[in-house]
Amino acid sequence: MNKKVDFENRRILGSKHLKIGETSRYHKDQVYTDPHEIFFEAETKPSFVTGSEVIRDALKRASLDCFVAYPITPQSEAAALVGELFAEGYLGEYFRGESEFAVMGQCAGASFGGARTSTTTAGPGTMRAMENFPMWAGSRLPIQITVTCRGINSPLSIQPDTLEIYYLLETGMMVWHAESAQDLFDFILKGIIVAEQPDVHVPIAVCCDGFFVTHTKDTVNLPPEHMVLPPYDPYRSPVPCMDMECPPVRMMRDPFIMKSNYIHYATHASWQQEVHAAVDRSRKHANAILDGLIETENLDCEILLVSSGTAVSQGREAIRLLGKEGIDVGLVKIKTLRPFPKEEVLEATKNAKHIIVPEFNVTGWMAREIKSIIPNNERVMEGPHVCGGMTMPSEVIVEEIKKHLGLAKKSD
Amino acid sequence: MSKEKIKISEAMWDFMPPEYQDMVDRATYGNNQRSWKDIGSSKELIEQHSLCAGCPESIAFRYILASLPNPEDTVMVGSTGCTSLVFPHVAIQNIHSLFGNQNAIASGLKRALKVRFPDKIKDVVVLAGDGATVDIGLDMTMQSWFRGEMFTTICFDNELYANTGGQESGLMQKGFVSKMAPVGKLFEKVRLPEIAFESGCHYVACLTVSKPNRVEKVIRNAVLVAREFGPTYVQLYTPCILEIGKQSMEGLDEMKDAEAIGQRFVAKEYMTDNVKAFLKEQDAKDKAAKKAAKAAAAAAK
Repeated sequence: MNKKVDFENRRILGSKHLKIGETSRYHKDQVYTDPHEIFFEAETKPSFVTGSEVIRDALKRASLDCFVAYPITPQSEAAALVGELFAEGYLGEYFRGESEFAVMGQCAGASFGGARTSTTTAGPGTMRAMENFPMWAGSRLPIQITVTCRGINSPLSIQPDTLEIYYLLETGMMVWHAESAQDLFDFILKGIIVAEQPDVHVPIAVCCDGFFVTHTKDTVNLPPEHMVLPPYDPYRSPVPCMDMECPPVRMMRDPFIMKSNYIHYATHASWQQEVHAAVDRSRKHANAILDGLIETENLDCEILLVSSGTAVSQGREAIRLLGKEGIDVGLVKIKTLRPFPKEEVLEATKNAKHIIVPEFNVTGWMAREIKSIIPNNERVMEGPHVCGGMTMPSEVIVEEIKKHLGLAKKSD
Repeated sequence: MSKEKIKISEAMWDFMPPEYQDMVDRATYGNNQRSWKDIGSSKELIEQHSLCAGCPESIAFRYILASLPNPEDTVMVGSTGCTSLVFPHVAIQNIHSLFGNQNAIASGLKRALKVRFPDKIKDVVVLAGDGATVDIGLDMTMQSWFRGEMFTTICFDNELYANTGGQESGLMQKGFVSKMAPVGKLFEKVRLPEIAFESGCHYVACLTVSKPNRVEKVIRNAVLVAREFGPTYVQLYTPCILEIGKQSMEGLDEMKDAEAIGQRFVAKEYMTDNVKAFLKEQDAKDKAAKKAAKAAAAAAK
């Protein structure tokens, strides 16, 4: 398992950038602040906000150079709110692209040019943009994208569904999955810091379940508005910034190598391995900044509920209901899907007899992920699954668990 | 980037590869009198090309790089195709990412550079083939013009998909028989120069690369206008001699034929009145600068 990093060592994540303490170049009321202080020391204030507003509130503190927007439900509101931030002078550049494919290209261009860049998308937009994501990763662009998941199938659906996350898993990006609005706020800002570490420097997708998180109000503890992340320093990047400010040692960010010989194959192979290794190296930073890649409760129970996103929230309530009936169930919440917390999940589930994996998608990719890494994987109960925008009432999880345990009739 | 940044420590000079020494000593970074005439006598910004022998694209590439007014602060954006085989040899930072997204990349890049370097001129120049510009990337090409993005788009128009083996493209002439157009192309060559002007480009030029003087002039115009006014577009006929059944030495003749009166590549320019006045003023300045440089050289003798 990844070694736990103590609280004090979290400070390594804080940029040593000289600008800490200086006024933001974008807004005179904001001051570049050590991320350690923002995340762990600042006095927070509870706010009752929607997930869309949380995206705005996070990016307001992100010293963002560029945001590219495009409308698609359920992220449109967030992308428009970020536009208001731009109008108020909180970020360097903001514009609407013409499609998700183009938007991801525009984000790439801005990031190639050394700008801290962010965008939001959802469902079919994620799929339309898909060609860009391995390009971002291969080009080592630390772009932050918030994915507010929704259905991707035909007939058209705008309802919550996490199937699109599965397509993101092997792109070479970090993929984190927020359970709540608080997670969303934290993951956006913390994700930027981890993504920009020189030994990581890959894009990060912060996913949340559309509507359930974006369009509901929740209490979120926010640090003061004047505290903002130190600016991105593109010269800490492991690859040259495309701004013609570096000596012309290496002119192309991705040398176009497509000859048919072994050296070229080997070059490609080693670069792909390096991108995935970079995602792996993010563990030590994410482990510290997120206080572990997983969150656990009552691991001594024979029954464990393991999932990510709002399926965890529904699971928490199901656990409470089952507890009232004398059935004890533990919980494993997975925060980072890439890197996948393999060692942590192995350790957490080693004594479990039943591993229940509720999911908001038709295929059950999370259950497959878990089954692929644990011994005796017949312990995994795949489901309950809901999709197409259905909700997953906690009572459904309770019933499914009881059926699985033989405590309820199949016809119930 | 100032030329100072590529100075080599004196102690290391002898150990540097001759190509690098050449780059420092004889490249035309920072020389505002640079032109296509430097080709062959100065260190060019293109080390070599990996295109077919006699390919007009290769000479077009050299003219363009010799004509950029500000190469030390220019970033180029390419796309997939024959050009992407050359870009690794170019001594200007350049981006290849996907096929067709070059104008989206350039939009983000130009805006980022403006945010990061508000007081410095940073030119962005897109150079891509006709498949990337007019077919798969047309949406992003035109949307960047609608938005008034301040960079230059150059299209190498070889009237087909060359790198994949000569398939039909939108800029192919009607009736031409090629792969994927087995009975001849059924629709007209897309009139992108006219579309470009209507879409918000402030300066548009369409010509062959048979005359280096002309190429230099339009590239310089396009970059300078993009800085001051907004998007500019240059379409250069660079025939794919391989796919149209010509010999290596026949590229120049093909271009000369194509630009003859009544043919499809008669040189044309479109510009707004403001741009016309600006370029006139620019011409006068250039002439005065050249005259002054000549006088200074004569005095030095």
